[in-house]
Amino acid sequence: MRIVAQGLTYTYNPKSPFASQALKGVDLTIEEGEFFGIIGHTGSGKTTFVQHLNALIKVTGGVLKVGDYDLSDKKCKFLELRSKVGMVFQYPEYQLFAETVEKDVMFGLKNFRKEMKEEEMKAAVREAVEMVDLDYDAIKDKSPFELSGGQRRRVAIAGVIVTKPEILILDEPAAGLDPLGKQEIMALLHSIHGKTCKTVIIVSHDMDEIAENCTRAAVFAGGKVIMEDTPSGIFKRSDELQALGLDIPVTAKCAKILSEHGIGVDTDFTCDDFISKILQKYAAQSGNEGSR
Amino acid sequence: MKAVKFDNVKFAYGDGGGDYAVNGVTLEIEEGEFVAVLGRNGSGKSTLAKLINALLVPETGKAEVFGMDTSDEKKTFEIRKSAGMVFQNPDNQMVASIVEDDVAFGPENIGLSREEIGERIDFALKAVGMQEYRQATPSRLSGGQKQRIAIAGVLAIKPKIMILDESTAMLDPKGRCEVMDVIKRLNKEEGITVILITHFMEEALEADRAIVMHRGEVVMDAKPEEIFSCSEELESYNLTLPRAAYISKKLIEGGLPIKGAFNAEDLAEELCGLLHKD
Repeated sequence: MRIVAQGLTYTYNPKSPFASQALKGVDLTIEEGEFFGIIGHTGSGKTTFVQHLNALIKVTGGVLKVGDYDLSDKKCKFLELRSKVGMVFQYPEYQLFAETVEKDVMFGLKNFRKEMKEEEMKAAVREAVEMVDLDYDAIKDKSPFELSGGQRRRVAIAGVIVTKPEILILDEPAAGLDPLGKQEIMALLHSIHGKTCKTVIIVSHDMDEIAENCTRAAVFAGGKVIMEDTPSGIFKRSDELQALGLDIPVTAKCAKILSEHGIGVDTDFTCDDFISKILQKYAAQSGNEGSR
Repeated sequence: MKAVKFDNVKFAYGDGGGDYAVNGVTLEIEEGEFVAVLGRNGSGKSTLAKLINALLVPETGKAEVFGMDTSDEKKTFEIRKSAGMVFQNPDNQMVASIVEDDVAFGPENIGLSREEIGERIDFALKAVGMQEYRQATPSRLSGGQKQRIAIAGVLAIKPKIMILDESTAMLDPKGRCEVMDVIKRLNKEEGITVILITHFMEEALEADRAIVMHRGEVVMDAKPEEIFSCSEELESYNLTLPRAAYISKKLIEGGLPIKGAFNAEDLAEELCGLLHKD
């Protein structure tokens, strides 16, 4: 399902002294199959935007289409839409509530797939729990609160992918994890992207994470999308990002200083590519010296 | 006198089945040191922190804070006044609906006079750069600002040790910077001993000393730069290098004659000296 937003606006507490306009005309298209990154400062409108995508916030200005669902239309089948657009909030492990892991993961199915039989639901839960690399038989009867933080986050993700949403949106999926835990979660999202969910959208403050993982990304500032490009296209404009007070990847920081010294590095800003481009440059240079 | 002295401290939660969360830690921290504590989730970092301010007491071994034994209940109050703790989630640490009341909570509980409480609030809010927000409502502040208020709340007790348990984890990059600046200043200017538990390797580089925990034990204890020079050992504890150090390492392995660096600026400088202009 393709996501198209045109001139999307939103104001919190409208017609009151506390009115604040969070979205000021967002134009953005996210194609099916992308691993999309959303970047922006706290208060830039990125969370307000993603909350529109599964109608947690209803469209009040502009147009938003997700596949064939027109969210600007009041007759839109919102329940059906929500089962196809899964949302994982920040620190989702704090939202687990059921007595057992199995019941917690099944909650979404019970709401979205009322026609399913108990056995079918159990099979779906097993599949989702195994998808997030947990041992279903070992943990299904455990309380979510007996699990470690990293395991709990996986259970929370399982509870969303259990309905097999076509689009999976995650707000800061790796925040608060240790470095290896971060890598594991990102690897998990890539495998979900390949198997269960066609489109994955992550909101992240970690620019290295965006550079390493995303096919494309959008930069939000002041309630608008001010850049929409591949990560390499975005991080080439590191001066603009820094002027907005945003961070840039370590590779972009290095490349920027090098280019100020007249040394150009044509990299896509992933670590591996940056390393190999520097090594190539050095090899070419030593080769030239050798032949002189 | 040592700020913290642990002698073969062991601790297990409830029915840990013989698994010690902290398993025989011997450690000394000098007054005024800035120590980062690294380690995977579940390696015992937070348990170590709680053993310092007597939220937990050792099962065996001895833990002392400024010479006070943490298992001596008569000293508990004094120990908690000396060693303040800031946790991960700023929202869970706010107790009042106005900033100054929140900061006053600690001083009120140790029975200070009204004037003195006022002075403590001034001092603490100034130290974290939030004096203009004295009358503000915590729920309307940013994450970084809230966390600075939480730090001010601890500072108002005038502790000699400040323990931060992943206090920057939930903040955005700007908030993280604000909090790190405050921590560094408190250490340098006020001489407060800082124990910083973190998953951000870049933050550990700001410390004088880094400790790596693994399965309840202290497995590395050195200057941060020295720790990040032992990448294989670090990996064996499931930790990673700061990104710039990782890139440096790969470049050196690829045959580049550089010393290696821990941040982007130093790495770029080394590369500038090596690569020719286009």
